[in-house]
Amino acid sequence: MARAVSTRRKVGYTIAAWIIGLAIFFPILWTILTSFKTEAEAISSPPSFLFFQWTTENYSTVMERSNYFRHFWNSVVISLGSTVLGLIIAIPAAWSMAFVPAKHTKNVLMWMLSTKMLPPVGVLIPIYLIFRDVGLLDTKTGLVIVLTLINLPIIVWMLYTYFKEIPGEILEASRMDGASLRDEIIHVLTPMAVPGIASTLLLNVILAWNEAFWTLNLTAAKAAPLTAFIASYSSPEGLFYAKLSAASTMAIAPILILGWFSQKQLVRGLTFGAVK
Amino acid sequence: MTKTTRALMGATALCGMAAVAQAETLTIATVNNGDMIRMQELSSAFTEQNPDIELDWVTLEENVLRQRVTTDIATKGGQYDVMTIGTYEVPIWAAQGWLVPLDDLPEEYDVDDLLPSIRAGLSVDDTLYAVPFYGESSMVMYRTDLAEAAGIEFPEAPTWDFIKEAAAAMTDKENEVYGICMRGKAGWGENTAFITSMANSYGARWFDENWMPQFDSEAWQTAFSDYLMLQNEYGAPGSANNGFNENLALFQQGKCGMWIDATVAASFVTNPDDSTVADKVGFALAPDNGLGKRGNWLWAWSLGIPAGTDAEDAAKTFVAWATSKEYAELVAENEGWANVPPGTRTSLYENPAYLEAASFAEMTLESINAADPQNPTVDPVPYTGIQFVAIPEFQGIGTAVGQQFAAALAGQKSAEEALQAAQDLTMQEMQAAGYIQ
Repeated sequence: MARAVSTRRKVGYTIAAWIIGLAIFFPILWTILTSFKTEAEAISSPPSFLFFQWTTENYSTVMERSNYFRHFWNSVVISLGSTVLGLIIAIPAAWSMAFVPAKHTKNVLMWMLSTKMLPPVGVLIPIYLIFRDVGLLDTKTGLVIVLTLINLPIIVWMLYTYFKEIPGEILEASRMDGASLRDEIIHVLTPMAVPGIASTLLLNVILAWNEAFWTLNLTAAKAAPLTAFIASYSSPEGLFYAKLSAASTMAIAPILILGWFSQKQLVRGLTFGAVK
Repeated sequence: MTKTTRALMGATALCGMAAVAQAETLTIATVNNGDMIRMQELSSAFTEQNPDIELDWVTLEENVLRQRVTTDIATKGGQYDVMTIGTYEVPIWAAQGWLVPLDDLPEEYDVDDLLPSIRAGLSVDDTLYAVPFYGESSMVMYRTDLAEAAGIEFPEAPTWDFIKEAAAAMTDKENEVYGICMRGKAGWGENTAFITSMANSYGARWFDENWMPQFDSEAWQTAFSDYLMLQNEYGAPGSANNGFNENLALFQQGKCGMWIDATVAASFVTNPDDSTVADKVGFALAPDNGLGKRGNWLWAWSLGIPAGTDAEDAAKTFVAWATSKEYAELVAENEGWANVPPGTRTSLYENPAYLEAASFAEMTLESINAADPQNPTVDPVPYTGIQFVAIPEFQGIGTAVGQQFAAALAGQKSAEEALQAAQDLTMQEMQAAGYIQ
């Protein structure tokens, strides 16, 4: 009897999970479907779900009109660059907070997180002026720096949480064996925290890839990533929903594929230490 | 001198020559609409004529573009050499000294050919600061078949009373046909633009000559009550969320009896590739209320050059080409006369080929000519602009007022409450900005 209830509950949870999953994925699916419609079909009412005249014309128009690969390459450089730079700074920072906490470590962590509560537009002008004066406007280097700074609190927080789960005795033992601080972080701590670091890396790549305030405001033609590529197909005076959907699909496809292949790693990392 | 030294010197000289010969690059910020995209596609004709100039395009959604170019020009960021801006920005930016005056355009450009109202909207003290790429006003687009079935004959210049009657006669909610579609989505360029233009024709104004807000006037109350009545009785469901694109989709799907909106929409609704009612569309001037002012606006997407650009001459060459008669002919040659950017030049409206290809041409010209940004309403005002007030504070105030209008349309507050809230918030902002002591 107990097993029957448990099975029923299991089935219920599975169905609920599928419904929630599909509901979350539906807007993306709809975007992908719209990208294969004509502009007239994209606005038809009632909308057609699968039975319409499929066309790849929007993709060829988008490829013809925009330099997709330049935007794609900019996105790759900016998201990977800011992630690697962020990890280089965050790993030692999280190590010190997790294993050598000071009196105000918790306050410092909270302060770091509080910087995320500031609306970005509030600091747009000062940052724009600084970037103008140091020649970083419309450069990939500038965006790598600003996205690193924006995502650093999250990276430090995540790594701090993972590092806290690692027994300090192991690090102590490595020190007893004569490991230097550098060796301790690189050869002992980092390999043990690989799942956490990997999920932090993936999450940061996704955040940087999708960031659409700074990447739009600090770039023009040279360093504009895929967020600017999507924005170029949005129009308040003219119906270009099918082309906009094609551009959106092309922009999210790489990160969607990355997320799909790394989902186990991502989930494992995100739930690391969740159950004690 | 060794061979190596000579080789190095030769290479250095070559590099220097190459740098001199390198093309100048213009970064052009533009909006995403059919005419602008077409210009981008045809720009190879310009670069062939000017091999020393290269073009880099930054295409953005209108609101993103506005935020982006405003930040850049206000901070002298120098990211763009040519900016696509509207009739709202030009007088404000020109007064700040942010734009290069365009008073030395070549004779063959024929600046006197620009439509007078458009030219006036882009000039400050008779100096032109941006050149128009396309201009628009607003007008009534209506379904000729529905009008005929309802026994209505549309005059060329309808009144609001006629519009009310026609909306009632054409509404058939059971078959999802709504008598009238109008903007309801909140935003200074959305419902505020429409309602302000409509209110002008009722004799309402944003401010009196002392910058005192006027939303508590009888004219505003009558205009806004009529707007709400039309939307609620004969409009599409959820009209508080409908802007230009949503209404365009409704009209193209045959769900609007009338649509009052930008003249540029005429080419969309008559395009058989996208519109199911392409051959059943008639045009009329925006309505009036017998007070001598019509409810139509004036807008021109224009090309301006930010002061301080290091490519001023190249930028002038480009903006002159993109808004020239020669460009219009290039579009006609490649895409047909109907696709030539409308509303900028008198000569276009004297061209029989254009008049034949664009059934809406005459009404567009009449609508543009009927617009007077210097005297937008019946009583005198201290500002220029028809659907906007050309002061820097207007974007914020206009959007906040638009939110009040949308709230009334959604039934969240009454017309009186919305107008009172608009009055209070405008007063507060104008006091804070120092217009009212």
